[in-house]
Amino acid sequence: MKLTELPDTRGHFGPYGGIFVAETLMAPIEELRQAYEKYIEDPEFLAELDADLQHYVGRPSPIYHAERLSRELGGAQIYLKREDLNHTGAHKVNNTIGQALLARRMGKTRIIAETGAGQHGVATATVAARLGLECIVYMGEVDVARQEANVYRMRLLGAEVRSVSSGSKTLKDALNEAMRDWVANVDNTFYIIGTVAGPHPYPAMVRDFQAVIGREARVQIQDMTGRLPDALVACVGGGSNAIGLFYPFLEDEQVAMVGVEAAGEGLETGHHAAPLCAGQPGVLHGNRTYLMEDPDGQIIETHSISAGLDYPGVGPEHAWLKDSGRATYVAITDEEALEAFHRLTRTEGIIPALESSHAVAQAMKMAPQLSRDQILLVNLSGRGDKDMHTVAAREGLKL
Amino acid sequence: MSRIERRFATLREQGRTALIPFITAGDPLKEVTVPLMHKLVEQGADIIELGVPFSDPMADGPVIQRASERALAHHTSLHDVLEMVRAFRETDNDTPVVLMGYLNPIEVMGYKTFAEAAAAAGVDGVLTVDVPPEEGSGFLAALREHGIDPIYLLAPTSTAERIRKLTAAASGFVYYVSLKGVTGAGNLDIAAVADKLAQIRTVTGMPVGVGFGIKDAPTARAMAEIADAVVVGSAIVSRVEQHADDPEAILEDIGNFVGEIREALDQGNGD
Repeated sequence: MKLTELPDTRGHFGPYGGIFVAETLMAPIEELRQAYEKYIEDPEFLAELDADLQHYVGRPSPIYHAERLSRELGGAQIYLKREDLNHTGAHKVNNTIGQALLARRMGKTRIIAETGAGQHGVATATVAARLGLECIVYMGEVDVARQEANVYRMRLLGAEVRSVSSGSKTLKDALNEAMRDWVANVDNTFYIIGTVAGPHPYPAMVRDFQAVIGREARVQIQDMTGRLPDALVACVGGGSNAIGLFYPFLEDEQVAMVGVEAAGEGLETGHHAAPLCAGQPGVLHGNRTYLMEDPDGQIIETHSISAGLDYPGVGPEHAWLKDSGRATYVAITDEEALEAFHRLTRTEGIIPALESSHAVAQAMKMAPQLSRDQILLVNLSGRGDKDMHTVAAREGLKL
Repeated sequence: MSRIERRFATLREQGRTALIPFITAGDPLKEVTVPLMHKLVEQGADIIELGVPFSDPMADGPVIQRASERALAHHTSLHDVLEMVRAFRETDNDTPVVLMGYLNPIEVMGYKTFAEAAAAAGVDGVLTVDVPPEEGSGFLAALREHGIDPIYLLAPTSTAERIRKLTAAASGFVYYVSLKGVTGAGNLDIAAVADKLAQIRTVTGMPVGVGFGIKDAPTARAMAEIADAVVVGSAIVSRVEQHADDPEAILEDIGNFVGEIREALDQGNGD
């Protein structure tokens, strides 16, 4: 079977994915699956989505040849897919628009979401405001504290931000809480998951909404350079921006794919968020995938300087791409990501999100090993405005 | 006949509704659990549901989640839980014990190893909240091979087709969650529950337990008239929480509470 034909009808990517939820969630998941399968092939729905992506999000996002950075590194040419230029400043909105339009078609009036860095929460609150839908965003207490500006943005947009104080008080706990809300309010509520994780159909649906990134980039890079890139590079937390870029290239065997996880303080310290590089398969949040867990099977707390990568699981399609060898997964430390953050800012005048800085850092490692006529296409998944406080604090400054 | 089937057969002869209290193993301390299990039996429990702590209990409400956190604070593992069941069995060979939890700790141990160890410890049933039968063929086979009853939840939103599928996979009893929601939520609509139980009974002859939302003697009494078993969870676990630093008070308070529920159930059966 071709990689692009996955998942199977019950959401499996090889041994990964699936539907691992309590019976209380089966009915809403089935309702969602039916609606998704119907509308993802409905020309009227797709036209509505395309129009919104063009006029509201500002698509297509350009690709940009980072010439100075490439020259300084002295190897491969680095091209950036500029998802940071989207409305709300990251790739997240591609998916929230799709799911919100689906919610409206299903007659749901209330939107819930989980968020880590706040980017998905902001992207959800944004589309909820535009469509006049009630919006509740669950966010871990730790993330609420480190992403104050995004919390305020969500509130400005009319969303209610609910701080989650259970467990590790981060993204995974926000996801648990959102699932509970969904179970209790299924009649009027649509749960917009922000990444390619969760029970089927979420991993496939979010991928399909994010695949616009790769579809555009595949045409754009050929228009600009006359050929396909040698490698794609994207950061992986849950993995939605990476799968969005990778998916339309899966059948292009000459294009390598590199997913970049957060090595935090270093894989050897245990303080990281790199389940593909240093975890093992298990079951969490409705799917089987690589997880960070202790020897008893309890999910452990993760660490990354970037809240958006701070998640102990990863999308099941990435788990399968890893096992099948189609994609390679590596990890970049907080320090390396920060260095890349500054380097891109100074050489190209583009301030990347700390999440995307992990991908930039990996490209900076790879480029010198390659020749000048080779091409690396990096997904610059978001802009760094939200990270000013984090970066300044690292340097002992308070803004 | 499994221990669970025997217990339900006896209750049916007596015309009584089974009382199934739920506690989280290791909450608030590992050494409280076995004495508490005995106390529950002494006060009228027919089956004990023992929660296996998990870091991310998605289908549970805040009360049960906090119980998991208290148990995990001192690393109550699946091995520890099985050891507690083994210790309980030293003096009680009749009361069925059902483990309730999530798949990941079992997956790490391995299905076969778990099923073998659980059966050896004296576990009678396993309710793994996040494994529908479609995803659990290997797991189900391992449980059956060792004579452990797989217990499944049925929900208000379960379609006729799903009720058939779940009851076909289950043995021992099935567990109807009476509210759309997580454990420990909201109010109970008895008439709606009665309707759904009637629908379930057209499909299966297995006993049907009802849980989620039974918090006091009156709700238990009303439920006794329509259910084969009532599961009381959050109402018990919140009492554990109240006395988290005083194990003796836990035994006394929960003992009294379970006694009251027992009395209410028997009154409900007597009406």
